[in-house]
Amino acid sequence: MATVAVSKDQSVWGGGKSPYALSYGKLMMWFFLMSDAFTFGALLISLWTTRFSVSSWPDPNQVFKTFPLMGEADLPLVFVSLMTFILILSSVTMVLAVQAGHNMDKKGAAKWMIFTIIGGLCFLSCQAWEWTHLFHEGAWWGRNPFPNRDGSLPTTAFTNYFFTVTGFHGFHVFSGVVINCVILANILGGTYERRGHYEMIEKVGLYWHFVDLVWVFVFTCYYLL
Amino acid sequence: MSNEVILEGGQAVSAHHGEVHEHHEHHDTFITKYVFSQDHKMISKQFLITGMFWGIVGGLFSVIFRLQLGYPDTHFPFLETLLGHWAPDGKLNPEFYYALVTMHGTVLVFFVLTAGLSGTFANFLIPLQVGARDMASPFMNMLSYWFFFLASVVMFASLFVQTGPASGGWTTYPPLSALGGASDGSKAGMDLWLIAMALFVVSQLLAGLNYISTVLNMRTKGLSMTKLPLTVWALFFTAVLGVLSFPVLLSGFILLLFDRHMGTSFYLSNITLASGQVLPNEGGSAILYQHLFWFLGHPEVYIILLPAMGMASEILSINSRKPIFGYMAMVGSLFAICILAFLVWAHHMFVTGLNPFLGSFFVLLTLLIAIPSAIKVFNWLTTLWRGNIRFTPAMMFAIGFVSLFISGGLTGIFLGNSALDLHLHDTMFVVAHFHIVMGVASFFGMFAGIYHWYPKMYGRYLNNTLGYIHFWVTMIGAYCIFWPMHYEGLAGMPRRYPDVSNWHSFNMFGGLNEFISAVALVVFSVQLLFIFNFFYSIFKGRKVRTQNPWHATTLEWTTPIRPGHGNWPGEIPEVHRWAYDYSKDGRDFIPQTEPLGDHESGH
Repeated sequence: MATVAVSKDQSVWGGGKSPYALSYGKLMMWFFLMSDAFTFGALLISLWTTRFSVSSWPDPNQVFKTFPLMGEADLPLVFVSLMTFILILSSVTMVLAVQAGHNMDKKGAAKWMIFTIIGGLCFLSCQAWEWTHLFHEGAWWGRNPFPNRDGSLPTTAFTNYFFTVTGFHGFHVFSGVVINCVILANILGGTYERRGHYEMIEKVGLYWHFVDLVWVFVFTCYYLL
Repeated sequence: MSNEVILEGGQAVSAHHGEVHEHHEHHDTFITKYVFSQDHKMISKQFLITGMFWGIVGGLFSVIFRLQLGYPDTHFPFLETLLGHWAPDGKLNPEFYYALVTMHGTVLVFFVLTAGLSGTFANFLIPLQVGARDMASPFMNMLSYWFFFLASVVMFASLFVQTGPASGGWTTYPPLSALGGASDGSKAGMDLWLIAMALFVVSQLLAGLNYISTVLNMRTKGLSMTKLPLTVWALFFTAVLGVLSFPVLLSGFILLLFDRHMGTSFYLSNITLASGQVLPNEGGSAILYQHLFWFLGHPEVYIILLPAMGMASEILSINSRKPIFGYMAMVGSLFAICILAFLVWAHHMFVTGLNPFLGSFFVLLTLLIAIPSAIKVFNWLTTLWRGNIRFTPAMMFAIGFVSLFISGGLTGIFLGNSALDLHLHDTMFVVAHFHIVMGVASFFGMFAGIYHWYPKMYGRYLNNTLGYIHFWVTMIGAYCIFWPMHYEGLAGMPRRYPDVSNWHSFNMFGGLNEFISAVALVVFSVQLLFIFNFFYSIFKGRKVRTQNPWHATTLEWTTPIRPGHGNWPGEIPEVHRWAYDYSKDGRDFIPQTEPLGDHESGH
């Protein structure tokens, strides 16, 4: 029995070290992301309870079919695909920034962080354009100009949830860009070089990938289904 | 900061200072020591004292509306002096009655029993009992208090707006809470309520992330999870519950804010106001809000209760001079409660039009909670069984907690059945049930914790005589207040009504209501006695002369009597055994830091 107890103490859970070999900051980030997943989960589940309670819903191919500078051309979901592509690309650059950080490559980390910030800003600009466009078509919180698929009169739930959910996601991207800028300033200021590691990039990287992942769900729920 | 960095800091501190004056770190200004402190012990005191302030405010609300319920025909001129136009001629305005019960619920559930309870004891006990210099992130810990403070300021400000604070009940169900035109309390007060609660959620998130990562990452050498005191387990599960349930509430609030101000219809459909105005909203569902609310609301019950359970377990074991009975069963039942907490929320909604078939699943899951609860109760009782009991005030409150948890838990079995709930829903029976099992029981756990750890917090004892008076009056008073409410509820007397005298059938409860109100007043005054004891003892209480006054095994009693920043002057002690070696091998207790003997086996 005594030997069992001793061997247990030497296990990773025995105290004196992190059981996951993670810093507290990363652990906190993981739990925060779990928490945030519940926030988005609640919003998307609310969306679906509402959708299931109505007989019909506007057709995303009819609503999201315009592209900047293309006039009235019928390009369903092309613009949002571009937005998604930009966001996923910014996740790739974030991975490269983390990689550069691992290699203690200050210049590389700064370069890829700048690309990530640009990606985030592009996404936000696209979203701003889309929102403005929809607003000019008469859509806003409480106003829904788009007819249902079956031609019946729509409720405002479509636009209500659209602006709330994409707005909440956009707010996350915006926060991510701000945090990325702070990290960039720290990289350039040499904070992480003095600290001896670039773990902060990993932490914001986790957040950035999460926001990207959430977009995949938002995209699926709103533009595809 | 890692353990090591803080360790070095702590050693530097101890090199400069004598043991006695260690808490006076010269580089601390008043601001960094008492206001924007990053020391977990100071932050816990900030939470506690803010919680006590809110406890008085919330308790006073209940005294005022109990006056209305007990004496519906009497005028109390001092109420007009106190409340102005909310109590013309000394009689409560019904709108204000609703505001009072709403704020009583909000304040006590969130500001006192969530922030005041787990904010205090998670902050105080987690680093001390896991052997850490401080929380994982002291800075985020400080932010968590100040977000709570900000939430408190906004909530307190809402009491003073012209149209009054939120008044739609602490659950703030739409459509009432979504429509400013529906009642005065749904105007500015409701916005401030939502802002305050959003700030509160942020505070809870920052706090919870810290508690979780401190328990997982910063346990001292040798302190495996199964050697943790049950307090730490309970506070850990509490934090997990909070981190996973509060965000859902936040989502619900976001949708509610849009319904209030952006013309959306998330929760609204086919509404005609009392004024005859027909609203254009359609397609929303008020039930949706209830689902989102109770997905937090039910775990919230356990966020309130688990810390009390953890502290009661610890205090019962110490003061029975016996190991806790069934340690792993205690941990397992905490875990089971944690899981079930997320699966029973709709039992608050049996009569809201929920599909009765769905309801039957929630009945089953709800009644399943009786199993881990019963395991805990039997383990507490068997811990007491043939123990060498020391009736300290903390022990009295811990035993009182068990008593209240049993009494209140049994009525939960009634309410968990959807068929019985049809009759009992929204009656005084519900009020009696949740006040005993979650309100008063958690308060008893909190009081037990305060009496027990006060010597560690302030280096002095609370006055015992005042403690015993506090205990007996509160204990007897709580039963006198809430026991009769069961009868009223079974007879069908509704809650949330300022005056039920229009129903002849409830006139027979007139005397009973007066009695309840009188007792409520007495119990409230005794809490003021406790507050006096608390502040008086900070300065004048009997001094703690020994490092380990309760002869307890856990790590917090290996620190100096008044630990400084960093908790241990030298190295952090190593742990070799579980927290419950009491009356073992002919010894009264064996501290966790003592290595196992040659012929001794771990628990």
